[in-house]
Amino acid sequence: MIKAGVIGLGKMGISHYSILNTHPDVDVVGVCDSSKFMLGCLGKLSDARYYNDYRKMLDACSLDCVMIATPTSSHKKIVCDCLERGLHVFVEKPFSLDIADGREMVDLALEKKVINQVGFHNKFVGAFNKAREVIEKNAIGEIYHITGEAYGQVVLKPKGSTWRSKKSEGGGCLHDYASHVIDLLVYYVGMPEAVSGTILKKIYSHDVEDAVYSTLLFPQGISGQLAINWSDESYRKMSIQITIFGKKGKIVVERQECKIFLRENGDDGLEKGWNILYTTELTKPVWFYLRGEEYSAQIDYFIKCISEGREENVNSFESAHKTDMIIDMLLEDARY
Amino acid sequence: MDRILFGDNQFFGVNHMSEEKARSQSMRFKDVQSIMNVLDIANDAGIRTFMCTTHDRIEEICNIVRSNPAHYADFKFYPGMPYAHKYANAVTEEGVLGALKKFTSGSMLGAIAKGGKAIATQDVIGLMKLLIDAEMKMFEGLSTDVIFLQNVLVDLLLGLDLRKIFIEYARYIREKYNAEPGFFTMNLPLLLDVLEDCGIENPIICSSINKIGFRMCGGREAYEKVIEQRRFRPIAMSVFASGAIPPAEALEYVCGLKIESIVFGASSRTNILNTKELIEHYDSV
Repeated sequence: MIKAGVIGLGKMGISHYSILNTHPDVDVVGVCDSSKFMLGCLGKLSDARYYNDYRKMLDACSLDCVMIATPTSSHKKIVCDCLERGLHVFVEKPFSLDIADGREMVDLALEKKVINQVGFHNKFVGAFNKAREVIEKNAIGEIYHITGEAYGQVVLKPKGSTWRSKKSEGGGCLHDYASHVIDLLVYYVGMPEAVSGTILKKIYSHDVEDAVYSTLLFPQGISGQLAINWSDESYRKMSIQITIFGKKGKIVVERQECKIFLRENGDDGLEKGWNILYTTELTKPVWFYLRGEEYSAQIDYFIKCISEGREENVNSFESAHKTDMIIDMLLEDARY
Repeated sequence: MDRILFGDNQFFGVNHMSEEKARSQSMRFKDVQSIMNVLDIANDAGIRTFMCTTHDRIEEICNIVRSNPAHYADFKFYPGMPYAHKYANAVTEEGVLGALKKFTSGSMLGAIAKGGKAIATQDVIGLMKLLIDAEMKMFEGLSTDVIFLQNVLVDLLLGLDLRKIFIEYARYIREKYNAEPGFFTMNLPLLLDVLEDCGIENPIICSSINKIGFRMCGGREAYEKVIEQRRFRPIAMSVFASGAIPPAEALEYVCGLKIESIVFGASSRTNILNTKELIEHYDSV
């Protein structure tokens, strides 16, 4: 059994805890949060071991791995403390607010030779993976443009009292929402060489941006556009759409479907014209379901990487660090 | 429970297959009257149980049904709570405590003090009761024989192994609302084990049950086995797997299992009547 600890019991942390707790190869031996309320409530309902300081947990429990879901500004300290102890680390996105901090975490994880993973769960969504497979097989030909969009209704009024509305703690649409899309763009076409015309727009928030618009320039002349807005009430929940334009066709991909348009018949049963592939055929079953197969799949992947000693990881710190570097480029560009 | 129940996903832009379809549905059902028109078709066809979330707009539907008692004499609501996005958005915006304060205070006179006290003493069960009362307020005076916990919460609690909440939920629903507790889940075999362990006998459980095994955690065979061998009252949802299975094939499969009720959502008269006819057909063979 792999002994796991969970640090941070916010929306993501509690969901990770629940999924991890059902994993057949995992024993959750410690859980930690700084909120007395959360711990008090949980403590009254179950006899799991709860801690209000992660260092106490690390000292008391002999852990193999940790899942960290605390505000981004706290990642570096907690991640490094865990890495120093030789633990395998899964940390929520966004990875880091500071490129130098991010680099330090990447290097330390490599030095300690531990499994390191960041919670960009879209890479475990069947439809998003199908799009990558189609690109890799060159089915849509030479790619010349990609657009990444995400809309949702997170902030609809000026008020907001959590870390998500504070820039200094990693709040804002760029880190919280756009990072998911940027991560997918890199997954599909690699790192951009430059960004331009970046607009970080405040719609309702005071301290953070509610929308991000930018142009990205990738190698081989691929252009890209980003349009992200978390203050759009017409969307019930976060909706990501990526469109990839190639000389032989295009792909429109969302969480639940991958639509492929080809100019000529292709391989793997893809036909000329529209090919619509749905989540029902693209999704692999999971042992336990909470909010989406991808959340279970990414945890299972992390655990399997540990038990099988797999070194490469689709969501490694290094990969998430690239996303942070693009965020940094966007911030820099928006300043002018 | 009736054999056929009517669901509400189609009215609120929920479609597990296509976001595009979900958006066009939410445009079509922009106003309550367009929802009522569809509910009336179902009601006239004899499908009189509306399984719904506690979405804000359900309140308007409740008002219409309440004010036409003769027309909706046998019309029943099976509420499912909480409407998860309402809470998830509030938690993102205001944190767990902020969200709790928001939903326990607005509900009724005296609840502000009660909610504050429950939060201060970390009285989870007390908070749960306040939240249930807040969600149930819109159904006052209407028939709600079964009251469900939504799968996002059931499965979260299931993973956390917080059995006490299941026990207290079942007790409160029976005592205060004189109703049967129901549970939505995507993890039927696991939940059934836990509910039995909790002493919740013959529970009403609504889960995805379809021929292609979509969203059936533990696998289709495990589902078929518990349905065949265990004592509980199953409701099948996602029987068409969001349209991936042709209607006749989908319903032939589900009607062949020992399932008490089938819930489906549809937006047109043709689909509603066809589905009803197909269920009746496969029930009779």
